[in-house]
Amino acid sequence: MTETMATNGTTTGSRGSRVLGAATLLGLATLLLFAFGLTEADIRLHPTTGEEIGQFDAVRLLYLHVPLAVFTYVAFVLCAFASAGYLIRRTPWFDTMAHAAAEVGTVFCGLVLVTGSIWGRPVWNTWWEWGDVRLMTTLVLFLMFTGYLALRRATVDPRAAARRGAVVALVAVLDLPLVNRSVEWWENRTLHQKSTLGELKIQDLTLFTLMLGFLVFGLVLAWLLLHRFRVGWLEREDAEHGIAADIAERRAAIDEGDVDAAVGEGT
Amino acid sequence: MNRFLADARLVAAKDLRIEARSRVVLNQVAPFALLVLVLFGFALDADQRTLRAFAPGLFWVAVLLCALLAVQRSVSVEQADGALTGLRLSGMSPAALFVGKAAAVFVQLVVLEVLLTAGIIVLYGSEIEQPLLVVATGVLAAVAVACTGTLYGALASGLGVRETLLPILLLPVLAPVLIGATRAFDDALGNAAVDGWAWLGLLAVFAVVATAGGALAHGALVEE
Repeated sequence: MTETMATNGTTTGSRGSRVLGAATLLGLATLLLFAFGLTEADIRLHPTTGEEIGQFDAVRLLYLHVPLAVFTYVAFVLCAFASAGYLIRRTPWFDTMAHAAAEVGTVFCGLVLVTGSIWGRPVWNTWWEWGDVRLMTTLVLFLMFTGYLALRRATVDPRAAARRGAVVALVAVLDLPLVNRSVEWWENRTLHQKSTLGELKIQDLTLFTLMLGFLVFGLVLAWLLLHRFRVGWLEREDAEHGIAADIAERRAAIDEGDVDAAVGEGT
Repeated sequence: MNRFLADARLVAAKDLRIEARSRVVLNQVAPFALLVLVLFGFALDADQRTLRAFAPGLFWVAVLLCALLAVQRSVSVEQADGALTGLRLSGMSPAALFVGKAAAVFVQLVVLEVLLTAGIIVLYGSEIEQPLLVVATGVLAAVAVACTGTLYGALASGLGVRETLLPILLLPVLAPVLIGATRAFDDALGNAAVDGWAWLGLLAVFAVVATAGGALAHGALVEE
C-alpha cells in the first residue's frame, strides 16, 4: 500500500486538501475558543424562588453535539445515495464514496452519542436515558453502521462487498427519519428539546457560535471524506495493480522457461 | 405468478424436508430455546412474579436468539456442495428463492414460538388473556424475523466470519420487532395496560416492508 503510493508519487493530500485541512483546523480552534471561552454559561434565575437554574457549563457541549448530529445525517444520507448509485450504475466511484461516507458518519455518530452522554449527566442527571426514543434510534443507527463496516471488512471480493454493503446501507438509512422525527412523534417519550434553536434563549454570541459549529463541522466532514475517499480509491488501485503485477511477473518467468518459479515453489 | 409461487413452494419444501430428515432445529435449536428460558430464570433469581412480569420480553429475546440459529442453518444448507450455485442455475427468480427460504424459516420459527409459549406458561406462570392477539403477534413477528433474517443471511453467506457477523448485522435491524412484539404480548398476557393491537400494526408494517424489500434486494445478492 505505502509502497505503491510512494512509487506512484501519490498521497491522499493535494494542494486543495491541504488548504481545506488548514482551514478546518483553524476553524476547530476558533470554535473551541468560542464554545469553551467566549460564550457564557447557561444560568437563569428561577422566576419565583430566585434559584440559579439552567444548563450551566454543560451547554457548551451543545455547540459540538448539535452540528455533529446534523453532519451525521448528512454523511449517512450521502452514503445512502452513493449506495443506490452503485446498485444502478455499478461504478467504483459510488462504492468508494459510500464506504467513505459510512465510515466518517459512524465516527460522527459515535461522537454524537459520547458528547450527548457527557452533556446528559449534569443536565438530565443520567448518562443514558432508556425512555428516550431519540437515544435508542441513534444507538441502533450506530450499531447498524458498525455492522456495515464489519461486513465490508469481512468480504474479500470487492464487488460482493460493494453490493452487500449497498443493501445494508439502504436498510440502515431507513432509521434516519426515525431519529430525526422521533422528537416530534413521541413527544412524551423523549427528553430532547424539540428544536434547540427555539428552546434555548439564543443570543447573538450563542447563535454565532452554533452557526460557527455548523460551518466548522461541515469542513471537518468534507476534509475527512476527501481523504477517506482517496484512501479507498488508492486501495482499490493497489489491489488491481497488485494482481496485474503478479500476472506480469508470472508471465515473465514462463517466458524465461523457469516453470518452477511460475507454478510456485514446492510443487 | 403461478410459476413464482410454485418455485417458492419447491424451495420451502426442500428446506423443510432437509429439516425433517436432519432434525437440526428440532433436536438442537428447540432445546436451546427452553434452555434460554431456564437461564433467564436463574439470572433473575427464579422469582415467579418477576419472571411473569418480564415474560414477554424474555420470550421475544429467546425467539431472536433462536432465529439467529435458524437463519444460520438456512444459509449453511446452501453452502454445502455448492447448492446455491445449483439454485442459481435452475432459472428460478431470486425473489421466489427468497420467499421460499423465508417461508421455511417462518414455519420453523412458528414451531419454536409455540414451544416457547408453552415454556413461559409452565415455567413463568404466564396466562394468555387474549389468544387472538398472541397468535397474530406470533405470526406477524415470525414473518418479519424470517424475511429480515433470510435477507441478512444472504448478505453474510459465503463469508468465513458468517457466524459472528450475522448477529451484529441482524439484531439492530430487528430491534423494532422486539419492541413491538413485546408490547403486544404485554397486552395479550395482561401484564401492562398498553394497546397491543396498535403495536401489532407496527409489526404488520415491518413484515410487509421486510418481505417486499427482501424479495427486491435478493436479486442483487444472489447474482454474484
